[in-house]
Amino acid sequence: MTELVPVSLLVNGEPVDAVVPARLNLADFLRENLKLTGTHVGCEHGVCGACTVRVDSEIVRSCLMLAVQAQGASVETIEGLSDSGEIADLQAAFRERNALQCGYCTPGMLITAQDLLRQSSTPDREAIREHLSGNYCRCTGYQAIVDAVEATARARGERST
Amino acid sequence: MTAIRMEADTLSVLDRPNSYIGKTVPRPNLDRLLQGRGQYVSDLELPRMGHVAFLRSPCDHARIVAIDASAANRMPGVIAIVTGRGLASVITPWVGVLSHLKGLKSAPQHAIAVDRVCWQGEAVAAIVATSRAVAEDAMEKVAVDYEELEAVTDMRTALDPSTSVIHPSLGDNLAFERTHNAGDVDRAFSESDEVVEAEFVFGRHTGVTLEPRAVVADWNTAEARLTIYQGTQAPHMVQNIAALHLGLRDAQVRVVCKDVGGSFGIKVHIYADEMATCALSKLLRRPVKFVADRVESFNTDIHARDHRCKGRVGVRQDGTITALEIDDLTGIGPYSMYPRTSAIEANQVINLVGGPYVTQNYRARARVVFQNKNVMCQYRAVGHPIACSVTEGLVDLAAAKIGMDPVEIRRRNLIADNAYPCASPTGMKFERLSHHASLAKLLQMMSYDALRAEQATLRMRNIHRGIGIASFIEVTNPSAAFYGVGGAKISSQDGVTLRLDAQGSVICQTSITEQGQGSESLTAQIVGSVLGISMERVRVMLGDTDNTPYGGGTWASRGAGIGGEAALQAAKVLRRNILDVAAAILQSTPAELDVVGDHIMDASGVRRIELNELARIVYFRPDTLPPGIQPELMATRHFVPRQYPFAFTNGVQASWLEVDTETGFVKLLKHWVVEDCGTIINPQLVDEQIRGGAVQGLGAALFEKCVYDERGQLTNANMADYLVPMSGDMPDIEVGHVVSPTLESELGAKGAGEAGTAGAAAAVANAVNDALRPFGTTITEIPLTPQVILTALGRI
Amino acid sequence: MKAAAFAYARATSVVNALELLAAHGDRAKVLSGGQSLMPAMNLRLVSPDILVDIGGLHELHGITVKGDVLVIGALTRHVGLLRSPEVAVHAPLLRDAVAHVAHPAIRNRGTIGGSLAHADPASELPACTLALDATIVIRGAGGERRVAATDFFRGIYETALSAEELLVAVEFPVAGEGSTFFFQEFARRHGDYAIAGLAARAIVKDRAFADLKLGFFAVGDRPLLAAAARRLTDVSITTATLAEALAALADELNPQGDQQASPVMRRHLAGVLLRRSVATLLARPELDVGVAR
Repeated sequence: MTELVPVSLLVNGEPVDAVVPARLNLADFLRENLKLTGTHVGCEHGVCGACTVRVDSEIVRSCLMLAVQAQGASVETIEGLSDSGEIADLQAAFRERNALQCGYCTPGMLITAQDLLRQSSTPDREAIREHLSGNYCRCTGYQAIVDAVEATARARGERST
Repeated sequence: MTAIRMEADTLSVLDRPNSYIGKTVPRPNLDRLLQGRGQYVSDLELPRMGHVAFLRSPCDHARIVAIDASAANRMPGVIAIVTGRGLASVITPWVGVLSHLKGLKSAPQHAIAVDRVCWQGEAVAAIVATSRAVAEDAMEKVAVDYEELEAVTDMRTALDPSTSVIHPSLGDNLAFERTHNAGDVDRAFSESDEVVEAEFVFGRHTGVTLEPRAVVADWNTAEARLTIYQGTQAPHMVQNIAALHLGLRDAQVRVVCKDVGGSFGIKVHIYADEMATCALSKLLRRPVKFVADRVESFNTDIHARDHRCKGRVGVRQDGTITALEIDDLTGIGPYSMYPRTSAIEANQVINLVGGPYVTQNYRARARVVFQNKNVMCQYRAVGHPIACSVTEGLVDLAAAKIGMDPVEIRRRNLIADNAYPCASPTGMKFERLSHHASLAKLLQMMSYDALRAEQATLRMRNIHRGIGIASFIEVTNPSAAFYGVGGAKISSQDGVTLRLDAQGSVICQTSITEQGQGSESLTAQIVGSVLGISMERVRVMLGDTDNTPYGGGTWASRGAGIGGEAALQAAKVLRRNILDVAAAILQSTPAELDVVGDHIMDASGVRRIELNELARIVYFRPDTLPPGIQPELMATRHFVPRQYPFAFTNGVQASWLEVDTETGFVKLLKHWVVEDCGTIINPQLVDEQIRGGAVQGLGAALFEKCVYDERGQLTNANMADYLVPMSGDMPDIEVGHVVSPTLESELGAKGAGEAGTAGAAAAVANAVNDALRPFGTTITEIPLTPQVILTALGRI
Repeated sequence: MKAAAFAYARATSVVNALELLAAHGDRAKVLSGGQSLMPAMNLRLVSPDILVDIGGLHELHGITVKGDVLVIGALTRHVGLLRSPEVAVHAPLLRDAVAHVAHPAIRNRGTIGGSLAHADPASELPACTLALDATIVIRGAGGERRVAATDFFRGIYETALSAEELLVAVEFPVAGEGSTFFFQEFARRHGDYAIAGLAARAIVKDRAFADLKLGFFAVGDRPLLAAAARRLTDVSITTATLAEALAALADELNPQGDQQASPVMRRHLAGVLLRRSVATLLARPELDVGVAR
């Protein structure tokens, strides 16, 4: 039974029209159909956070969403957030602090960190760790990531005063 | 204006102007990873590529009676369904033994099981289709008839006469046994004031790399060449083995590694399903991609650290540790892993127990037994966590027995910092370690006395905090003593080729590999420093057997020490060559010139010619050079450790935590590591390796365990049930260093990648027991789950 | 881990959704937030023939106060409960509980209707509905019916909902004057499923409980409104009455054992939660002392 379903959505600001199997999840749609491979697959059961993207400005696990559920939605991936410059300072902080090693968790981590920073301008380390507690990293042990997010929050705070 | 020091051959690299060595510089080329534009194997697509899913045995031990794929074969999108028999015509089986591990035996393992499956998760058929989803659909329609066989699922009874033997041709389930007897242990025990005994039990672990294992195999039948895209740590090893078992020459195989989503040793081994993928590509004459899903990863990535180790320590009232004895049992899978073998971990345990301490009385036995569970092999810090947890646990038990502070007993027994060179009771040669300096630094960093006071105060309020200390030694920069001597075609040397290109930049090809630890950066830092050019001008290529020197790759913490030295030596040669040409161009002598800041500089500090100008002349206007000159702007050097079989490092860790004695939950408050890894090339990268490694050890201490039931079923093969450390539960980790360079190389760098993992769990276990000392209970089992702790406290 | 193929229908209205469910019965699954359904489908633990996507049904959204009832539409996302001013005022226990549900990305998609209909014994919201005396609003071919939360949860993943019905809303009596709340769960890591948890609502008068509802979760095959709470209501709370209540609780619990905890462990943790909740709700920390060894 291959049921194909039409879906229209925005991906990183670009309109996309496709006809996809209903069972195709958003992560696979982005990676295989649109070749946006920055969204990574780590577990396919919603626990590791590698597949985190933004849908209508909210972070979601793209492995737990069907592509067809994104009908009419605006999806943003790490490529889009990079090209728009929205997280340039966060990415610079990650680079400075070596808050990534293999880079596989990094797109999901950046998108989730940005989500926190949009909601809270002065998160303390505990709040940062809490918000990122659903994003698995095996390489860094997390401290460098917390440092980079904290530094970015501080710098943004200084820029806005 | 300072005169440039001449005779640069005698100049230490650490004295070069504008040196990057010892500097924290951001890794080059991180932008592609930060933007989600990396190239992981799972991202790769090739024309006509098929996707393979493996039908895996649900039984832990069974005869394969029949496989019926007729219905599956008819499904649209199915390219081929291949069983073990079908594949056996293309790929030969292998045996994971090495001759220097005396007595190690193992049975031949096929890429896909032929007559018999020996663990739950072993592949019995490959389904190749136009997509993974279609392959999985077809997989559901393949019917396999299994005849279940008696299985071995408990290492404690694996050697009982009544237990069935997994491989009758081997005679029994004993893969390997080793004993060691040094000094006079019995006499030492009899002369001790106290002898303490404990059994240490460890949870079986797995690496849980965030990017699962993945390989794209591309057999080009017209070129008779196989290209393997894989996140392996050892591409030349894979090249050699793939060629060997597929009936090809090494030159017909190219292994390409681009970005790797985590490895930690998981991706340094030869996996049946990855070999099967290569064989399938050859069979089907098209690219085939295999990406393990998370459940498959848990069931088939190598496991590690499944040990039960009995330990005994003798001690005198004055704190002298008189003797150590261990009897270690480890239960691996049904095959010794290929080619590094599943005996190395146990071998390391024997080699490393007691390592930091002076006692020469040491007796040990290790037995490695086959089980019908997933295969086991080297995973970050291999054997060190076991050896360290046992040793440091016994030292703390001894201290508690005689009422001595755990720091004090260590002070009295750690090898003196001026005792080197010396050797351990197992013959491990130590060039120069710094146990006492490291311990002193640790105590100062953590304010040990203040923490003890805080602990005492809080105890009176029924709040139980503990301090745990763990000293350790760590094997790095291994020579051929590790694998080569046993017959493995695993290179213990590495090479670097440098080329000054036509615009004065440097192309660097190195045989070490990158999985995120910073191999690319450390190479560029060394080359830039030794050569005298800015790092931005150095482009590092790695992970391609067609385009790098032949080498071992990155594992066993050897990248910086061995690959880094090769980079250093190659850069020295290239610099000499450049100066030879420069001297000819400038009518000077090499001794009066130096390369500094991308320029040729003369003795008075004047910039004479830019490197890109020199390159232009060499490549395009050699007619302007003096007669007879043949410039050579390319240099290659290899390096292999010759003097010391391993470059040992040392360190010490501490854990400060709180145990809720009501609920058994442990909160990690803080962690410290002092590490001596010799010359540090990039302090930030080294510290981050230590942090990442330590967190893996913290995960081991509190969370991680592969849970098998008595039917050999892995019951927690997913990330909701196998618990890995996440950010919300981990502490900040403070890192400090003592520096004892190795004289084996000019760089003086030892390895650092595994140190964090070696001692973290030991520190936590000691801290928990320290916290619970008022309750008179000692726990020698990890993971220290709330249930384990409450049970030990008698609360449940 | 790719889901098996299925047909897909995007419901255009509740009526339409019910038609689809009636047509396919238990071969259909309702797709709400998908945070529990999708992992199960990716693992091929469930393979429905058709998914009925109710995500577009605006009538199932919304949080409103109607008189003294707080009505929460079934499609309200967990994050919606966290951010809702109405919930903060009238049912703050929900907000406290939802903060423990998994992680932000999951909370952005998971729905209250989905969580209640899925009825995982370890989940937080079912226990909240017990503690808050909620009513589950269900619609089927025959119209709308209401089921008290205390009658709704029947077992592991088992509720009063039939395969052809839709959970459309949850009604909570607004928090009365003097209501106080307690929420705590024990989980191995932040955001993990609870090993044991308690959602409690109390009305405290003169340092005693005039009313006490203890909604335990992860300690049985369904959330439990502990009868032991009656032992603590309208009595003076002493270590003795507390000990009695603890014993009564241990008796009425029938916890399951799994990888994270044995039944004995869960019983023990439930007792710890009871003590801690009483101590906190009465602001009497001296009540929360462990059993002397």
